[in-house]
Amino acid sequence: MATTEERVEQAEAPGDSAPFADLLRRVEALEADQGKAVKKKNKMTIIAWGGNLDQIWPTTILATTAAASGMESSVFFTFWGLFAIVKPGVRITGENWMQKMMSVMNPGSAEKAKLSRYQFAGAGPAMFKKLAVDHQVAQPDELIALAQDLGVRLIPCQMTMDLLGLKREDLIDGLEEPIGAATAILDMKDAAISLFI
Amino acid sequence: MNVITTTIDARGQSCPGPLVSLARGLKEARQGDLLELLATDPGSKSDVPSWAEISGNELLEAEKLEDGSFRYVVRKVT
Repeated sequence: MATTEERVEQAEAPGDSAPFADLLRRVEALEADQGKAVKKKNKMTIIAWGGNLDQIWPTTILATTAAASGMESSVFFTFWGLFAIVKPGVRITGENWMQKMMSVMNPGSAEKAKLSRYQFAGAGPAMFKKLAVDHQVAQPDELIALAQDLGVRLIPCQMTMDLLGLKREDLIDGLEEPIGAATAILDMKDAAISLFI
Repeated sequence: MNVITTTIDARGQSCPGPLVSLARGLKEARQGDLLELLATDPGSKSDVPSWAEISGNELLEAEKLEDGSFRYVVRKVT
């Protein structure tokens, strides 16, 4: 590749070279920037932070739809999102009273997820699910199974698992190995779509 | 001649049901196969063309049938 000077020399002929040299420098700077740019993949990553029914529902719908559309799809479960992937039978988790209390406040599994509003002591989610059945919308726990079936990568966050006292065996089967924030960011870096729900 | 290879009946299913059924049917199909999708979800009107655009498959036909349901024909490309 010709250096800027060489290019300018070649371009001397037409006359005034100063604006031309400036233009070339700018083109080269642009070319250098382009080399540094991250190439995005046909991929969607979601950080499932919220464990509420009205959060875990769109999370699982979007993740399965992306996979069904041929996109790479992954969901990183952290904080309250983790309780949505606790095994349905698991009741109290954690080692100390704080972690145990947290698990009582956040009953595990997507099936038991609460609504962020209109909870009405459990009547809200029941009505919501009744509506979903009437409209033949799949339930979040079914959608999680469907996501796994379609090859969506479901990844728990190691740090929040430790914080909340959740062990690998408390969580549903078929999850990937727990990861940390840097690995999650690496996963999101080349994703065309990244969401935080 | 365009011969339908498989018919996927996703009538009664809501978002993302029809697309998931379509993706499953496509997995079984061979490249160039024509798949017919039947759906009642009104959301499929916009979702099936979007799905085709994202997934790179070809949407050949999209029509509303007399009973109010929808019929789509997709060619497997990817």
